[in-house]
Amino acid sequence: MIEFESVSKRFPDGTVAVDDVSLVAPQGKLTVLVGPSGCGKTTSLAMVNRLVDVTSGRILVDGKDVSQTDRVELRRGIGYVIQHSGLFPHRTVLDNVTTVPRLLGWDKKKTRERAYELIEMVGLSTEQAGRYPAQLSGGQQQRVGVARALASDPPVMLMDEPFSAVDPVVRSSLQDEFLRLQDQVGKTILFVTHDIDEAIKLGDKVAVFAEGGHLAQIDSPGDLLAAPADGFVASFVGRDRGYRRLQFLPSDGVGVRSAPTARIGDRALDGWTLAVDGDDRPLGWLAPGADSVTQDRLEPLGSTFTKTDSLRAALEAVLVSPAGLAVRLDDDGCVDGVVDHATLAEHHQASSETAHSGQESR
Amino acid sequence: MDWGWIVDNRDLILELLIEHIWLSAIPVVIGLAVALVLGVLAHTYRWAYPPLLVVVGVLYTIPSLALFIVLPVVLGTQILNPLNILIALTIYSGALLVRTVVDGLDAVPPAVRKAAEGLGYKRLTRIVTVELPIAIPVIVAGLRVVTVANISMVSVGALIGIGGLGELFTSGFQIRFVTEIIVGLVLSLLLAVTADLLLVFLQRKTTPWDRLGATA
Amino acid sequence: MIGDVWAYLTAAGSWQGSNGFAVRIFEHLQYVAGALLVAFLIAFPLGLLIGHTNKGVTVAVNAVNASRSLPSLGLLTLVVLVSGLGRAPVLVALTVLAIPPILNATYAGVRGVDKGAVNAARGMGMTELQVLWQVELPVALPLVWSGIRSATLQTVATATIAAYVALGGLGRYVIDGFAVREFDEMLAGAALVSLLAIVLDLVLALATRVSVSPGLREPRKQRRTSPLKRLAPGNQSTATAAG
Repeated sequence: MIEFESVSKRFPDGTVAVDDVSLVAPQGKLTVLVGPSGCGKTTSLAMVNRLVDVTSGRILVDGKDVSQTDRVELRRGIGYVIQHSGLFPHRTVLDNVTTVPRLLGWDKKKTRERAYELIEMVGLSTEQAGRYPAQLSGGQQQRVGVARALASDPPVMLMDEPFSAVDPVVRSSLQDEFLRLQDQVGKTILFVTHDIDEAIKLGDKVAVFAEGGHLAQIDSPGDLLAAPADGFVASFVGRDRGYRRLQFLPSDGVGVRSAPTARIGDRALDGWTLAVDGDDRPLGWLAPGADSVTQDRLEPLGSTFTKTDSLRAALEAVLVSPAGLAVRLDDDGCVDGVVDHATLAEHHQASSETAHSGQESR
Repeated sequence: MDWGWIVDNRDLILELLIEHIWLSAIPVVIGLAVALVLGVLAHTYRWAYPPLLVVVGVLYTIPSLALFIVLPVVLGTQILNPLNILIALTIYSGALLVRTVVDGLDAVPPAVRKAAEGLGYKRLTRIVTVELPIAIPVIVAGLRVVTVANISMVSVGALIGIGGLGELFTSGFQIRFVTEIIVGLVLSLLLAVTADLLLVFLQRKTTPWDRLGATA
Repeated sequence: MIGDVWAYLTAAGSWQGSNGFAVRIFEHLQYVAGALLVAFLIAFPLGLLIGHTNKGVTVAVNAVNASRSLPSLGLLTLVVLVSGLGRAPVLVALTVLAIPPILNATYAGVRGVDKGAVNAARGMGMTELQVLWQVELPVALPLVWSGIRSATLQTVATATIAAYVALGGLGRYVIDGFAVREFDEMLAGAALVSLLAIVLDLVLALATRVSVSPGLREPRKQRRTSPLKRLAPGNQSTATAAG
């Protein structure tokens, strides 16, 4: 767990980079520090492993004040990943990954084995262990950077815009894989980014920093989208926050009704018909006015959703469906109902009211 | 320090200074011309660059005094002919500058090169009117080094009879007269500084878009 | 002419005696090795310090530029006149002249190390000394070697000229030969010192190749990036700075 207690940083020339910030980054969770340039998020991170020293206040890592710990020892116990990976160009991937264990004097053989494991865990092949950073792509280098930070199995990790320097496609897959990794290792992570979407996607908790170095709001992504604390946070969170928030609301509980299904060759129903195969798996929609269900007259399904999907997935399915009906599938991929837009809207309205009255009674 | 001597011999000193200026300037100018041609060729026909580098490297490795002496044999001139020094220094300057020219051309952002190609520039025109101007800061940086090196090396020629200000060193040494040597050193230094400033000025004039100039 | 010189070079007699080639080559090597060693011991640590702490850069740059502008012949004659004939002052001059190239290359090399890697190293818990030794130095090595090569060539050349102020070495043939217009002798000296320079340079080039990490070599072969990525601006490899 990482705790900031009224932490401030004032530089010799007078700039206040961090202004009285207090927050808790919970154990085993990913806390994201996000904000525009110059808001103090990177400086805050740097104060945790003392690359920058606090001017006032305290930072506690697992209960210990960092200013009371020897700098070098502190850093060897914290994983550190930066933008552009900062890999050592003169060392192989393997030697890069084993850096901290070697500094700590770990058993060489054990270290190598662990390094190979980590290299695979971050999605690289062991034969790349002998390559040099210059021979890897940007995305691959970042993965090595993450493996290197995990090598000594530190309880805490600091990540400074680790995915910002790669292109959007690579970034997205790195984020997905990282989430998967975090599921496995469950580290306490402090993650800095300027990208609000990345923050919402990755964070268990999101801390929004404003210019001048003060903390504007810290909440779960869903709560952040639902209730931004002020105008700045609202505009920083960006447009479509209402829509984006839907991804944090569950869709089970929505009243689906039975789907108007028919098999290929059957008579068409009045109104839109959902064509299914022998196992009740959906094939496509048939527009009203046809006699019978034939393959060539079918229109594409669009998207579907399941009980565990968010309300956003359900809404998306409704919006792209030619019939205006979202198709819900069960675990086997068979049709288990449809829902229209009006029903979804009513459901959302009702759950908002409950949430709102719940908040008021607090 | 004998100031009187300086006054009395100012004609001689001036004569040597002018000789020194010629002997330093000509090789740099011709060397640059040759380097530009070779550099552009090596940059365009990349396969030629490594062997060129080897040749250039060897030439550059040979100590100046040795080159002054070996060259006449190769060229068939007399060892004591002042032309040797000129040619030797030209070869040195050219050798150093070829590398600089290619580096400068390499430093042109690929986006610029592509844009020029896309706009319809023919290869040679593009290199001469677009890439070379952009490479000027790098080339001038190399020029500054080469010019100063040349000014130094001309003095060495005094050991085989022709050396501009270098003759003040040999003469002064022979008659144990420190003043002469100091005059030679000071003038060499002034010459080097002046040449350097001149080149920086030229660079500023020819690259008005490059306020941030490529200084070391 | 060449035939005469060849005969001169290959005659056994030329190689023996106190003015024989063997002795002179050895002398020349001694001067160069001695000057380089001392210059290295001074310039290298200093360069590392300046590069790592980023302090004293202006002073270093100015010193380097100043030394480049001074003609070596002038310096040598001055030094000898001031401190008397003898090898010691000349050797000191040789050493002092060898310092700037090594100093320059060392601090430029250290400063040129990717700041991200240095930052990461610190952040991971390396002490300052470890950062310097394990990260900055190995990455700066190519440039450091180029500085040593530069200094070597310069010292070989200056040592040759120093024969004028009574030093031994291969320059003797040139100076003495010139005095009596004995062109064969001059040419022999010139040829030998050229060969010496080339051989030394090759040895140093080999040392560079052997000691520098393969990860620092360019161009980057075996890159597994997509061709499109390679065409993107900023992804082209930059020209090597090493001489």
